[in-house]
Amino acid sequence: MSAVARIWARMRTSKTVVASGGILFAIALVSIIGPWISPNEYLTTNFDNILRAPTASAGHVFGTDDLGRDLFVRTMMGVQVTFVVAIVASVVSLLIGVLYGATAGFIGGRVDAVMMRLVDTLYATPFIFFVILLLVVFERNLLLMFVAIGAINWLDMARIVRGQTLSLREREFVQAAQLIGVSTPRIIFRHIAPNLVGIVIVYVTLTIPQAILIESFLSFLGLGVQEPQTSLGKLVNDGTKQMEGASWMLLIPGVLLAAILLCFNFVGDGMRDLFDSRRSQ
Amino acid sequence: MLRYTLRRLLGAIPTLLLVIVLAFLLVHAAPGGPFDDERALPADIEANIAAAYHLDEPLPMQFLRYLGGVLRGDFGPSYSYRDYTVSELIGRSFPVSVQLGMLAMLLATVVGVSLGIVAALNKNSALDKVVMGFAMTGISIPVFVIAPVLVLFFAVKLHWLPASWTGSEGGSRFLLPVLSLALPQIAYVARLTRASLIDVLSSDFIRTARAQGLGTAAIVRYHALKPAMLPVLSYMGPAVAAVLTGSVVVEEIFGIPGLGQLFVRASLNRDYTLVLGVVIFYAALIVLLNLIVDLLYGAIDPRIRRQ
Repeated sequence: MSAVARIWARMRTSKTVVASGGILFAIALVSIIGPWISPNEYLTTNFDNILRAPTASAGHVFGTDDLGRDLFVRTMMGVQVTFVVAIVASVVSLLIGVLYGATAGFIGGRVDAVMMRLVDTLYATPFIFFVILLLVVFERNLLLMFVAIGAINWLDMARIVRGQTLSLREREFVQAAQLIGVSTPRIIFRHIAPNLVGIVIVYVTLTIPQAILIESFLSFLGLGVQEPQTSLGKLVNDGTKQMEGASWMLLIPGVLLAAILLCFNFVGDGMRDLFDSRRSQ
Repeated sequence: MLRYTLRRLLGAIPTLLLVIVLAFLLVHAAPGGPFDDERALPADIEANIAAAYHLDEPLPMQFLRYLGGVLRGDFGPSYSYRDYTVSELIGRSFPVSVQLGMLAMLLATVVGVSLGIVAALNKNSALDKVVMGFAMTGISIPVFVIAPVLVLFFAVKLHWLPASWTGSEGGSRFLLPVLSLALPQIAYVARLTRASLIDVLSSDFIRTARAQGLGTAAIVRYHALKPAMLPVLSYMGPAVAAVLTGSVVVEEIFGIPGLGQLFVRASLNRDYTLVLGVVIFYAALIVLLNLIVDLLYGAIDPRIRRQ
């Protein structure tokens, strides 16, 4: 798609975006390849080797936890979860947000008013508490949590897509399509949606840090990813309990999580400066 | 102004109702009943309990009964703290959370706005870059990472401050929790203040003031700050929501017996009525505070009222 190529070309002009994106790519790559190369398993406990500080020579570069499990492999597993959350939440917020926003914006009038009123109402509700309620009521379910996190983030997307659609609707090529009798769903999919790609990609990158934050927050509280699986939020929680004797258990996953969030924030901010003409005056 | 106030008040009602309906339905969709145990109770005892808690009524009746209770401030009994009602538990733990939250908001506003003004007045200087770099970092470090890291350095390593709430007295125990809660909000407020002050400073009426010979300090103080504060004011709603959410983990980390800790314990214990009550309480609080922010906004900016 030419729109994607154009975005790519423009992204490469910003040093911050390229550097942060590169770091993210490197972290993702290590998190996939690392556990594969490492001789250790995320599950294997070794009670002769508990709370061992990080050393390269003993084969535990990130040390071991209070059950003697290798923290490098576990941390990389947490990083993987973080990236999966980023992807799933983006896809869900994209699907719901774009469809909802484009429909409201294109149909307009009373339908638009009602649909956006609903978005306003949902905007004022504290979703995070609903996700917690959802996780309390139903069994701790990873898929459910991922979808719920994605479903929180679609509101911004719907608002932005609606605004963009409202202006696209008045353009000649859309009116021409209407004139020759193209159906409404087809106009939305074939004529409106492709023109939304740019702004949608920018705002997806802006919502990713929020999704990551929610997942790690829930896992920190013990409501998200469950043992023996792990995530960065859960590792930080484990580290909090052991921080007096084994500060690396807290610092390594904490710093890594902050670094990932920082890079995503830099990419999102940089993209907005590049593509949102209103802000780049 | 009266019409505007009324319209805002009416607008908040559907939101609250939606929250209560959704939360109620979610909890009642839970598999199993609240009194299910390892050992099944005899049928007649089960029927008696169900009747005592009105669980034998149809769902709409139960909902109306619950809604009526909520309107009177009665959220029903707690399932895990046997002798307490949900309202008692909330009433007992909320004051601590309010103190923490208000201190954090105060700190975030004062420090955030000051940093934002400094950065805006020195736009693109080294100082600006440092402040904005700090702000970006502050936004990116989650509360549940910054809080234990602060404990690690200031309590465990340096022994300057107490690591936990219980077992210490006085104001020093407030310092680390409030700082952890406020740091990300300081960062947001600083970014917002900077962006909006730069925007305002480039407008015509500021140029006029400058042409009349006013100094920078007077321009910021008397002309630029008030319009520049509008975006910051509208961020106060989300900020309060973020501080509330943050207080959930901060109270857990520092062992503070507040509403956040109550909520986490209730969630992990699957105390349905307590979780339901706290969710509705939080939601009502956020809606109410958003309403106050809206009203303040209308009072400061007459353009909003006329829309």
